Amino acid sequence: MATEHSRSSARLMIAPAVFVLLVWMLVPLIMTLYFSFADYRPLRATFETWIGFDNYASFLTSSSFLSSIGTTLWMVGSILLITILGGVLLALLLDRPMFGQGIVRILVIAPFFVMPTVSALVWKNMFFNVDNGLFSYLFKFFGAQPFDFLSQLPLFSIVIIVAWQWLPFATLILLTAVQSLSSEQLEAAEMDGAPALSRFWHIILPHLSRAITVVILIQTIFLLSIFAEIFVTTNGAFGTRTLTYLVYQRVLESQNIGLGSAGGIIAVILANIVAIFLMRIVGKNLDN
Amino acid sequence: MARAITTQKKIMWTVLSWGIGLLIFFPIMWTFLTSFKTEAAAISDPPVWFFFDWTLENYSAVLERSNYPLALMNSIVIALGSTLLGIIIAVPAAWAMAFVPGKRTKDVLLWMLSTKMLPAVGVLYPLVLIAKYFGVMDSRILLVVILMLINLPIIVWMLYTYFREIPGEILEAARMDGANLKNEIIYVLTPMALPGIASTILLNIILAWNEAFWTIILTTVNAAPLTKFIASFSAPEGLFYAKLSAASIMAIAPILIMGWFSQKQLVRGLTFGAVK
Repeated sequence: MATEHSRSSARLMIAPAVFVLLVWMLVPLIMTLYFSFADYRPLRATFETWIGFDNYASFLTSSSFLSSIGTTLWMVGSILLITILGGVLLALLLDRPMFGQGIVRILVIAPFFVMPTVSALVWKNMFFNVDNGLFSYLFKFFGAQPFDFLSQLPLFSIVIIVAWQWLPFATLILLTAVQSLSSEQLEAAEMDGAPALSRFWHIILPHLSRAITVVILIQTIFLLSIFAEIFVTTNGAFGTRTLTYLVYQRVLESQNIGLGSAGGIIAVILANIVAIFLMRIVGKNLDN
Repeated sequence: MARAITTQKKIMWTVLSWGIGLLIFFPIMWTFLTSFKTEAAAISDPPVWFFFDWTLENYSAVLERSNYPLALMNSIVIALGSTLLGIIIAVPAAWAMAFVPGKRTKDVLLWMLSTKMLPAVGVLYPLVLIAKYFGVMDSRILLVVILMLINLPIIVWMLYTYFREIPGEILEAARMDGANLKNEIIYVLTPMALPGIASTILLNIILAWNEAFWTIILTTVNAAPLTKFIASFSAPEGLFYAKLSAASIMAIAPILIMGWFSQKQLVRGLTFGAVK
């Protein structure tokens, strides 16, 4: 029913948002692409505009790249595993009849609203610290040797911190999905004598599969760019240097702009692969 | 008989859920308790739980010392500023896409979403360069603009899903009555859209408040918000647990409270309507 007049004013209304996002996406990205083919090291006053794919070659073949990919996969993978498994269990639990459901929900969701630097510092000092951390007291209480988490198990420690922040997100989304499950279907299965495990496997899990996929994709996109938690705890040392952190160090710490930009472009390509899958799901949903 | 079993089960689920809920909440609770201890009590062995001399000295120490008030002010300006700027740009766009959908509306929406997925490190150096070129490094305006840009796709998307729920017949009736575009927006759309806009604002203030990549990298002192201020605690200086806790509680309390009110919006805003 839209008239030609409203069409054109609609276009006018969309224009500012499209324009700023287009500029935001294109200008810096083209600059990064340009730098990625240059030998640009401001500290040494080197600037050669075209060195072909040298940066990509040296970035991709450096041992720090391979180990950063390994670290990234471990970190993102284990956080996903913890948050999805924990999230499904918690969502099912919170869906049960209980007293004070609203308050439990509030307790569970809270960590998601804590700013990353605060959660990283609180965990680092008040829990992981070998001298005064709570875990050290706990270990001593059980007669074990206190343990320096951040230098002994740095990757694991960061995984714990970030998983703590994202578990609420997974739980909340999965709980929303669980609550949309028709209870009639479940009751019918229960009447027919289907045991709890098979009800979970054949009814609940298939119903949750879409929500789980969405959680995996969205978290992956956010987790690929984890920064503050690493910055505050290990600063990339002890094998906790992810791809994001490696690029940050190349660009801002060692000021090798060319090399860092090549790494940035590689990070963009990898993130896009994940994004395509997410877009498909979201796009399908738009149609109905 | 059946009723007795359900009550028994309900109590079991209650105990289990509360146990796990309190465990997950524990780090925040512990930080809260520690913020009222003296520095000595904060690291006492064994740890003290509730029975210590409660004190507010950490809060006043943090407020007086250092530049906490400035960081707080920066956080407020940046979170509110970027959200409002985003709303101003996003409301017309979302309105047009919801009520005058064209052939390419879906593509535009998806494309906007895709910009959200651009990794920050992919555009890191150009942004530093551009900021330096315009002389806006470590300024509030820079962060207002950048946080607006990274959250704009979410703002447009959320508003779009809210606007789409407004029945189109009402708009058509208004048009029949001869309302022009301006009146349509002021008298018909705005009252119906306000709850959605308010929810969007709420979620985006939370996201902007907690953003911890650009705020850390693009600020030093003048525009440093709480994320950056707290990060400066990472180099310990003697006894500082109680003060760290007080600073942390002040940084997260307002957002925690807002967050509890925005659980539903969170699902909508961060799954882009893919989970209902």
